[in-house]
Amino acid sequence: MEEYQNQTEVKDDIVIRFSGDSGDGMQLTGTLFSETAAFTGNDLLTFPDFPAEIRAPQNTLAGVSGFQLHFGSKKIYNSGDLCDILVVMNPASLKANLKWARKGATIIVDEDNFEDKAIQKAGYTSNPLTDGSLNSYVVIKVPMSRLAQEAVKDLGVDPKSAERSKNMFALGMLLYMFNKPLDHAYHFIEKKFSKKSLVVEMNKRVLKAGYDYADTVEILPSRIHVPPAKMPKGKYRNITGNIATAWGLMAASEKSARPLFLGSYPITPASEILIELAKHRNLGVKTFQAEDEIAGINSAIGASYAGSIGVTSTSGPGLSLKVEALGLAVMTELPLVVVDVQRAGPSTGMPTKPEQSDLNLALFGRNGEAPLIILSASSPADCFYAAFEAAKLSLEHMTPAILLSDGYIGLGSELFRIPKMADLPEIKPPIAQPNTPYKPYARDPETLVRKWAIPGTEGLRHRIGGLEKTNIDGLVSTDPINHETMVKLRAEKVKRIENFIPLQEVYGESEGRLLVVSWGGTYGAVRNAVDHCQKDGYKIAHAHFRYINPLPRNTAEIFKRYEKVLVCELNAGQFANYLRMNFSEVKYTQYNKIQGLPFMVSELYKAIISNF
Amino acid sequence: MNEQIINNTIPKSAVPLTPEDFVSTEMVRWCPGCGNHSILKSMEKVFPVIGYKKENYVLVSGIGCSSRFPYYVNTYGFHGIHGRATAIASGVKISNPTLSTWIITGDGDSMAIGGNHFIHLIRRNIDVNLLLFNNQIYGLTKGQYSPTSPLGAITKTSPYGTIEHPFTPGELVLGAEGTFFARGIDVLPKLLTDIMFEAARHDGTSVVEVLQNCVIFNDGAYEYIANRQHRDDRTILLEHGKPMLFGKNKDKGLRWNLNSLEVITLGENGMGINDVLVHDAHNPDPGLHLSLAKMNWPEYPVALGVIRAAKFPTYDDLMEEQIRKIKAKSPIKCMDDLLNSGDTWEVE
Repeated sequence: MEEYQNQTEVKDDIVIRFSGDSGDGMQLTGTLFSETAAFTGNDLLTFPDFPAEIRAPQNTLAGVSGFQLHFGSKKIYNSGDLCDILVVMNPASLKANLKWARKGATIIVDEDNFEDKAIQKAGYTSNPLTDGSLNSYVVIKVPMSRLAQEAVKDLGVDPKSAERSKNMFALGMLLYMFNKPLDHAYHFIEKKFSKKSLVVEMNKRVLKAGYDYADTVEILPSRIHVPPAKMPKGKYRNITGNIATAWGLMAASEKSARPLFLGSYPITPASEILIELAKHRNLGVKTFQAEDEIAGINSAIGASYAGSIGVTSTSGPGLSLKVEALGLAVMTELPLVVVDVQRAGPSTGMPTKPEQSDLNLALFGRNGEAPLIILSASSPADCFYAAFEAAKLSLEHMTPAILLSDGYIGLGSELFRIPKMADLPEIKPPIAQPNTPYKPYARDPETLVRKWAIPGTEGLRHRIGGLEKTNIDGLVSTDPINHETMVKLRAEKVKRIENFIPLQEVYGESEGRLLVVSWGGTYGAVRNAVDHCQKDGYKIAHAHFRYINPLPRNTAEIFKRYEKVLVCELNAGQFANYLRMNFSEVKYTQYNKIQGLPFMVSELYKAIISNF
Repeated sequence: MNEQIINNTIPKSAVPLTPEDFVSTEMVRWCPGCGNHSILKSMEKVFPVIGYKKENYVLVSGIGCSSRFPYYVNTYGFHGIHGRATAIASGVKISNPTLSTWIITGDGDSMAIGGNHFIHLIRRNIDVNLLLFNNQIYGLTKGQYSPTSPLGAITKTSPYGTIEHPFTPGELVLGAEGTFFARGIDVLPKLLTDIMFEAARHDGTSVVEVLQNCVIFNDGAYEYIANRQHRDDRTILLEHGKPMLFGKNKDKGLRWNLNSLEVITLGENGMGINDVLVHDAHNPDPGLHLSLAKMNWPEYPVALGVIRAAKFPTYDDLMEEQIRKIKAKSPIKCMDDLLNSGDTWEVE
């Protein structure tokens, strides 16, 4: 490897995948590297890929935890297909992750953990580091565990604790490799272990040891420089989709001057929304960890009735349980935001793996005729705006809204250009004024929205509930004509929201042979693939849908301009079928992936070309 | 009861109110002779006495005959879904503690489909009042057994008698760390208004079990104690600070003997008033309250009145206090502060 020494390559973008045992601290290592990259001006997107088990047996494939980071000097759309650098802490993580490394990738290995027993446990019959099976990769073997122990020998830490800091050694090596400063990681360690000076010292030393080792031993093929990205001017931070969702809801609460109430039950991969909102008593947020998903949504409905913006957060199995109460929210015409961070189903499915397969449940999963607002978030940072808008539409149109996020964007992170609250749109819920004539189901003639009479307000006492009511007066009724009228009014109210959402935009050709359609968290991968196709001369266009119900009012008109519409989604074709139902004259084709994994740009590229 | 004053943050009415202020225009659709009519009247009577602004009462119900209740009272009302009134009301009260929140539920609604929400509401001690209409039958679905139907009860779904042991609601309440439990009966409307007042006065989840007769599907279920002839001998009215005496001539009492309650007759076997227990509803230890709640005729009289009213912090108070404290010391006062907090950087 002599000839590579001391070279510095310049790259537009790089994908690193960190992998190790669940307890090896790979999520933290990945996060710290990402934050350092962000501070030094790179754009980025991350994707944690971890098992549902907290600590599966050591050195088994089931226990492998991964974190993928895509960073660059250009706009980064997704977390990357195959990695350029693969960090593996044991044989199992190599076995589980080699398929995510491109041919020729650099693999950095903690060779100390490649003992016979661990090798066998991972399912290898011979040592992959010596049997030649990795010949098409650049393999860098480092005795990380031993060197970590060595670095802190004189601190009097027990060898086991010292060995556990080996993730910092790996981080140090990578920071050197990409010519990134150590400060941010130092700062983090000091803050995290502020009360344990020995732990701070140990982690900092191991980090520095990794950095110095990479510098002096010169085993890296070259240093890689990824210049800062040109990003719009402004203040930035790194944010995960779930935290962005929580903040978007809080922003909507502040803008609408309606208190925020979250009734929720912990579930992977949505729990971080509850965890984040629980922190914000400082802004008056009330979180209620309910006894189950059902109580979560019902308490949120109660809070909405009492004048708050009621929210419940969940994932697929939880949404299944909330179905009954969603009907109640439709019937009582109250604001309510349901955030579904989708995961692979059915049933318990694959809790930590993303999928877009709850769309049918969101669209159709209720008894009776019960349409509601459905919109989707397209990236981690976009979760902020999507959540804000879900709350805005729900509050202003007195209709429950389901926001579809997914595990990929919910747990993944991205750079977020910090908005000013003053720049966000106003939210004006239709609150009934005290001592004015009030009828629960009297409606605004333009929007068909009823007024929100908040308990405690003088002169507005009324009763609502799950039973059908008479139009305008809101009295219990089983009158057949009245029921049909009410069903149609509730549907028309939702339909008219199309007048309050933007028109669907198209990226690329305004007409032609092929329109690529996607929705939700696949935005980055699909847009990136479309870009590649366009660069390669394919005259195609891309429409990424944020609004699912109602659909933008120009959707049919757009579809007519293309010979064929290719719908790409992480399910068996739920959005495609919904479009077929709405616009049957269009010629559709599908590209679906149902593996609990995000799209890769390369596979989308192939799918698009083969449909051109 | 009129001398008692309720002290809390719920706004009081500036003008005196009357029962008519709470009469709804909706037609009452319960069967003639149903025990619910009497409970409705009691509530219309007690609300003006409690004295909150009429706009600050909220009634929340689930599903069942009892749960139609909110339509018949002129307050803010929310008719929810089966078993979930407790969860809905939790959201109402936590989000707006200035609302006097009343849950109307039945033995099917709260003991069966809503059993989970019921115990968790009580465990959290959210300051709401829950009226549990216990008629030991499913009425609205026309006569199936409920979780409180006695073992062996013959109903449409138990033609050969039930083979399930019933719940005693009071046991469930105390088992779930309940801070207030009272029992009334539809034939004693004055007692019901007194109990509802005490429920309103109590800080925390107040559960009021109302023994209620279903004239159609379970008529006479409580006749053994409701009947005027036996009532005084088969029930005991518990009053805080007073000796536990009952019987037409107040000559029977309850004493603690070894490890259980015992019925004694004054003047017999050397027993006198000093042997009789004095009711302490405020005792934080629910031990004796549990024994009282479980009593049933013929071994014991059935306990009526406020069995337990113990003082413990409420969920909603703790929530408000936490918000006050955290707000006071947090440097983050608005969303702009939060968005710009922590690790951020400028791109020029």
